[in-house]
Amino acid sequence: MSSQLTEGVRPMEAGSASDPTETLSMQAALNRALAEILAADPKAIVLGEDVGRLGGVFRITDGLQKRFGADRVFDTPLAESGILGMSVGLAMAGFHPIPEVQFDGFAYPAVNQIITQLARMNYRSRGTMPMPVTLRVPSFGGIRAPEHHGESLEALFAHVPGLKVVSPSSPHQAYHLLKHAAAQPDPVIFMEPKSRYWQKDTVDPGTPGNLQGSQVVREGKHLTLVAWGAMVARCLQVAELAAEDGIEIEVLDLRWLKPIDAEGLAASVSKTRRAVVVHEAPLTAGLGAEVAALITQHCFDTLKAPVERVTGFDVPYPSGDLEDEYIPNIDRILFGIQRVLEYRRG
Amino acid sequence: MDLDTTSIPELTAEELRQLYKLLIATRDLDVAAVAWQRQGILPGYAPELGQEAAQAGSAFALDPTRDFAFPTYREMGVALALGVDMVEYMSTHKASWHGGLYNPVTTRLAPIQAVVGGSVLHAVGWAHGQRLAAGSAGSPEGGLPAAITYFGDGASSQGDVHEAMNFAGVLKAPVVFFVQNNGWAISLPTEEQVAGGRVAARAEGYGMASVTVDGNDAPAVVRATRAALEHARAGNGPVLIEAMTYRRGPHSTSDDPGRYRTLDEERRDGGEDPVTRLANLLLRSGAADQAFLDSAAAEAKAHTDTVREGIQALKPRPGREMFDYVFAEPTDALKAQARAWREESEHV
Repeated sequence: MSSQLTEGVRPMEAGSASDPTETLSMQAALNRALAEILAADPKAIVLGEDVGRLGGVFRITDGLQKRFGADRVFDTPLAESGILGMSVGLAMAGFHPIPEVQFDGFAYPAVNQIITQLARMNYRSRGTMPMPVTLRVPSFGGIRAPEHHGESLEALFAHVPGLKVVSPSSPHQAYHLLKHAAAQPDPVIFMEPKSRYWQKDTVDPGTPGNLQGSQVVREGKHLTLVAWGAMVARCLQVAELAAEDGIEIEVLDLRWLKPIDAEGLAASVSKTRRAVVVHEAPLTAGLGAEVAALITQHCFDTLKAPVERVTGFDVPYPSGDLEDEYIPNIDRILFGIQRVLEYRRG
Repeated sequence: MDLDTTSIPELTAEELRQLYKLLIATRDLDVAAVAWQRQGILPGYAPELGQEAAQAGSAFALDPTRDFAFPTYREMGVALALGVDMVEYMSTHKASWHGGLYNPVTTRLAPIQAVVGGSVLHAVGWAHGQRLAAGSAGSPEGGLPAAITYFGDGASSQGDVHEAMNFAGVLKAPVVFFVQNNGWAISLPTEEQVAGGRVAARAEGYGMASVTVDGNDAPAVVRATRAALEHARAGNGPVLIEAMTYRRGPHSTSDDPGRYRTLDEERRDGGEDPVTRLANLLLRSGAADQAFLDSAAAEAKAHTDTVREGIQALKPRPGREMFDYVFAEPTDALKAQARAWREESEHV
């Protein structure tokens, strides 16, 4: 049985000859973005476990070693701290490393290098040693994988000074945001929603659009659902269902988890006056708290209800059988929406 | 595999004199820095008394036009030998800036590193980058630029150090792992730190050449490092040097060695002082006379005085630097915090 998360949201659309768009999975979109980064930037380097010969366990780096050679795309020994520490040193030598950590939970052994080195070297060196490193992390849950293969680390990374954090929600976003991240002079944690790797959607390679901040992916006037990564598709499903009851929900794809687009949040919630933030990570000290604080700060006078959070629980990410109980599902999000809509002061 | 150092020529008389100047300058500044801490000029300092030969000797062998050194927080002698401005280096101990105020790119000395074993992997990444830059040429004419990474017997316990050695061995990166085995990791003696007793013995497991050198014998350290660099430059991969030395002072100016060792033990285990030892060699070999030693000592003292004046003249960095260097491209959110700090702290 596949997880709810891997079900498609929108029907596939085939690109015609005159249509500049193409239909790609997120896996293919990321693969193409990496190929274009490597082709355009001779300093770009892809490294990680199994990224070369195998093309990565998710095939995101498929064919890249063959095309660009084992100097540009290389397999490392199985040690995540080593991968990140090497990347810091390569950046000190003028390269633009794009390391992969194979799964979210495998970032834990690299956390020391990420926090004490990668995030700090520009600061420590007074700006003389910038760290143009894009760390790709297949993230979040939903694929019935073993322990530590389904975790959401955005709050951990967002808390660290010196890191930028982004998560795409669609193939189009994945393609453009990865190219954008790799062009940054600062370290970017690029969180790929692994449950969405194989869903196809239209990609317009020539039209990146605004890659800063958040993006409204569905307009509505009664309530704003704030989400990122795989939860965006789920929130769109929820909005579709709510529309049947005449509730018009706006879905805001936060995209950048650091810096968070406070203005985008304020613009949407000023209009809808109600907000629910949805994430897979545990509730306590999750990024939803930061989102709620920003909304409250900017929209306090117009808010009709406290900002609601629909999230994972304060428990270890469970085994596959319980995954759908843990990840916010449509029902739980609808309950959250209901609580906000029915809220009355006093 | 033991690295063969016999093909490296003995140091010339001129080299020995230069080396002595570095050792005595390091000693003078190190002893002074401890006094400055007691006088309240520095908040803290990590002395390297007894490690002058290991530090200045190894750095003396480097080619600062192309090599790169990765220090810990106790490599003042390396910085001095590389010609780093010592006010900018010592500013880290003045609490001006964690990494030091010197420019690591131009000085070829990575920022001062507080994480034990933290920069060892960086040296491997940097060194691998030199191989990549050399491309299919493998080893360019004159050899590859090499990285040297400094750490101690304590850091050898860190997982990152193992990962670094394994990566370097697999990738054949031109990197020299320079271990100063100074006998102590704060209060823990080497025999309770290093299983098997020798860090150098581990090199074989990584397919790496190694050499154990008397770290208090400055010319021997220079020659061992030169041999290691030659090996790395030729594309033969990494080398591990274990320099056996002794931390004659406390771990830091906050430490109290009386709680874990006696003065008698210090005198016994410290062996012959490395600076005196080189002075005696100079006199014995005729490479220098007492007048040279006296003038080198005077020069060192003058340098130390200059550093003290520079340190005392250091003002706290402008507060905006807290924000300026977090990102190469600061976020709007951080800029807003910087603005708020400026306004609310009345620094407008």
